[in-house]
Amino acid sequence: MNRIKISEITGPLMLVEGVSGVSYDELVEIKLKSGDTRLGKVLEISADKALVQVFEGTEGLDIKTVSLAFKGRSLELSVSPDMTGRIFSGLGHPLDGAPELIPTKRLDVNGLPINPYARDYPNDFIQTGISTIDGLNTLSRGQKLPIFSASGLPHSRLAAQIAHQAKVRGKEESFAVVFGAMGITYEEAEFFISGFRRTGAIENSVLYINLASDPAIERIATPRLALTAAEYLAFEEGMHVLVILTDMTNYCESLREVSAARREVPGRRGYPGYLYTDLATLYERAGRIKDQPGSITLIPILTMPDDDKTHPIPDLTGYITEGQIILSRELERKGIYPPIDPLPSLSRLRDKAIGEGRTRDDHASIANQLFASYSRGREVRELVVILGEAALSETDRKYLEFAGAFESDFIGQSENEARTIEETLDLSWRLLRILPREELKRIKSELIEKYENKS
Amino acid sequence: MIKKVAGPLVVAEVEGARKGDLIRLGKKRLIGEVVELRGDLASVQVYEETSGLKVGDEAVNTGSPLSVELAPGMVGAIFDGIQRPLKDIMKASGFFIARGIDVPAVARDKKWSFVPSVKEGDHVGPGDIIGSVQETPLILHKIMVPSGISGKVESINPGAFTIEETIAVVGGKKLSMLQKWPVRKRRAIKEKNPSAVPLVTGQRIIDSFFPIAKGGAACVPGPFGAGKTVIQHQMAKWSDADLIVFVGCGERGNEMTDVLKEFPELKDPKSGRPLLEKTILIANTSNMPIAAREASVYTGAAIAEYFRDMGYNVAMMADSTSRWAEALREMSGRLEEMPGEEGYPAYLGSRLADFYERSGCGKCEGKPEREGSLTIIGSVSPPGGDLSEPVVQNTLRVTKVFWALDEALAHKRHFPSINWLRSYSLYLANLSPYLRKEVAEDIDEVREESLKLLAQEAELEEIVRLVGVESISPKEQLVLFASKMIREDFLYQSAFDPVDQYSSLKKQYHMLKAIKEFFVRASIAIEDGVDLELIKSSSIVEKIAKARFLDDASVAELPGLAASLIGALRSGGRHE
Repeated sequence: MNRIKISEITGPLMLVEGVSGVSYDELVEIKLKSGDTRLGKVLEISADKALVQVFEGTEGLDIKTVSLAFKGRSLELSVSPDMTGRIFSGLGHPLDGAPELIPTKRLDVNGLPINPYARDYPNDFIQTGISTIDGLNTLSRGQKLPIFSASGLPHSRLAAQIAHQAKVRGKEESFAVVFGAMGITYEEAEFFISGFRRTGAIENSVLYINLASDPAIERIATPRLALTAAEYLAFEEGMHVLVILTDMTNYCESLREVSAARREVPGRRGYPGYLYTDLATLYERAGRIKDQPGSITLIPILTMPDDDKTHPIPDLTGYITEGQIILSRELERKGIYPPIDPLPSLSRLRDKAIGEGRTRDDHASIANQLFASYSRGREVRELVVILGEAALSETDRKYLEFAGAFESDFIGQSENEARTIEETLDLSWRLLRILPREELKRIKSELIEKYENKS
Repeated sequence: MIKKVAGPLVVAEVEGARKGDLIRLGKKRLIGEVVELRGDLASVQVYEETSGLKVGDEAVNTGSPLSVELAPGMVGAIFDGIQRPLKDIMKASGFFIARGIDVPAVARDKKWSFVPSVKEGDHVGPGDIIGSVQETPLILHKIMVPSGISGKVESINPGAFTIEETIAVVGGKKLSMLQKWPVRKRRAIKEKNPSAVPLVTGQRIIDSFFPIAKGGAACVPGPFGAGKTVIQHQMAKWSDADLIVFVGCGERGNEMTDVLKEFPELKDPKSGRPLLEKTILIANTSNMPIAAREASVYTGAAIAEYFRDMGYNVAMMADSTSRWAEALREMSGRLEEMPGEEGYPAYLGSRLADFYERSGCGKCEGKPEREGSLTIIGSVSPPGGDLSEPVVQNTLRVTKVFWALDEALAHKRHFPSINWLRSYSLYLANLSPYLRKEVAEDIDEVREESLKLLAQEAELEEIVRLVGVESISPKEQLVLFASKMIREDFLYQSAFDPVDQYSSLKKQYHMLKAIKEFFVRASIAIEDGVDLELIKSSSIVEKIAKARFLDDASVAELPGLAASLIGALRSGGRHE
């Protein structure tokens, strides 16, 4: 193999010449003189040249002394039923001091697309205990629902709360959490790990951690490892898996770094034109399969640069996922936790997961009414800024009062408070009582009769 | 032999390659298509994930272009972007789509009962119908003579045949029910006519305000969460097309599952039969190979045109054409072409125009004389909801209907969230004679009055925002009240309520007419000094608000009721 020669090292990439029989997407093991090994993958092959992306970065590599071994397979993840309770690095090495996993299987981290014909529609209501999610933007088993956050907002606390509280009611089934961290700080990682330990959830969790100080290119692999582990647990071990990926923004930046190093024609804001496809191959791995017991529910977290929802990362994510939970700085400033702004938030699968037999017959109407009324209340609040409260009509004043009460009592709740869906809906009726009855246009009169005075 | 692999693009030396030829690559015999030739080297876009391909792997030319198979057995099926049946793929490879799977598009072993409609000795030519097969209770699959074949019918037999068996001999050539057609080639229509009949969708804002004609083309752009897919699904569910071709192009897997799960249960409003009996699905979800995404809309169009040629009204939904354009952009980038606007290739506009021009209605090729239509409704997902981007702009140049989805409406959960001030339909003039005859003589006036009210509302709201509602005149307050009725009681439509989700043209007209009557009479009443609050408290207001849930006959009474109730107020006010 001595005719193999590295001819260029630029950024995270390495151009290798004199290769033969190398395949696209193949795994490469890079041995340094010091004895360290790094991993890479083939991005492009042309005649006897191969372009290799090095996950741990090219720092310290030289052209002469490193040796390369092409492994004849893609990057794979070792899986086994014993993987729960373990903590791994962003490339799958143990970080918890315990020995390497004894694999029952090795799986290609890229996975394969689920056949749309084989999918089962996600319509099992997951109760997260958080009113703005359960009541208004309901999460279903098998759904992918991202949290759009921004710097300084409590997305980690929210994600941890969801991970601890989420359950499908009336069923005792095996449940697991797979956590993939890309480029987050030590404190954030520690927050999750200690939270998992405190609640005992760690026993059912697998963690893949790439910290801010770890190699950036490794982040491209981390979510794939996490999702491969999730697929194994869900579709081979029959578990219901909740996957939390944080922070997708860091992942996309690593992708941009590789793309720039390859001198590809950039799309918006320098991100590669294939960002949509790349994100889709991750997010679409969530789902349920017909007649199979397990499922993958995915909550990716991303921070919107400059709170901008039209930035390519949240924008493309929103086009792929089945809705989004958006955190609001304004609510955060008012001291409301969780600061979820219900109006731009959305769960596309809500209507199939709620209603009689699933949650309660008034759920859909209540949710629509709360959206409409809160939206009106916010408009009135804007009017007040210009005209002053005195200029408002009686009805508008009620809307103003409603909006305030809705924010503090419905959106706001404590970090340990898990409300049942009945509690959330009863609370909604109490709040709607602030408004004149003829304003409740989205609720059929039979339902008003049935519930108005009960709660 | 393969020389280079870069993602979905492979450069290879291929014997006798022509542009558009289908190539098989490597041991797994992955499918690709020649998109560029340079000397001895062919650039091949590969319709499957290319990992594992090596330099030196073989590249075999099949010698034929990417084609669809056209035969009984397509209706109710779900295909991938290059017409491989996903149900059979599941049988072959399980829940996940493995690569290099070879399954025929249409089942070869199934026997269909063929009924001839010509007899021996008749002279037939291309496009002539020689017989039919009842493919589903809703679709009578007509068997047409393929192009290039004509002559005397030497033999033709009724009976049960597979799609490959000979059903007739014409001019010395054996005909079976199976035909192939290159997907990128448009199927000819004998005579294109302007469209004069609406595609009735049951969606009030569409049918009453911004209708689309059978054979027309529409564009639905909007940011994520604005409800593009819901609109596409509603159109597929409720429109009065004979056949629906739904192309899920780079969108969510669960949305296709939703369609697959719902359509067998949903009833076609016209026949009461399951909707799947008139639907063909093409799914290239966002995680499926990108090159097949580029092909998927053409696969859909070729199938849709084939059914149009039988004399059907076909509607094709493409959700979303932005993903198709992005696939085009990605391949263009890999081919190292000079990028145009926002990295899209310079030929984006002409490709889009070419695609939407496959819509149309008119006389089909062949005997007996028949008319068919193909309506195309394409959704666009502009980055950040910015409508100035190239895909939206190029689409608007060729489509005549624009349903502008509005994020602010979606946030208020006003659905369908089509903005009534920005949307338009250029078919109104064409459709007017039909609507006047079939619905009501004054339908155009009622529509115009309503749109005028909504436009006035927008202006007044600006003023109210500055000076407060108390400082505008009662008449202007009435405008606000009436337009609120249009918005909340007419335009707002639930996709989930069993009655509200579909409104007939007549019901739509009567709802709108009732609001118009209310407004006209109330205006007179206000001039006569009747208090606006008194008008607002009239029982007709609540009746109109509930009209969405009523049957056609009850709604038909509302305009008269509005006129008499508010008219009575006027005299009552004067006597007091």
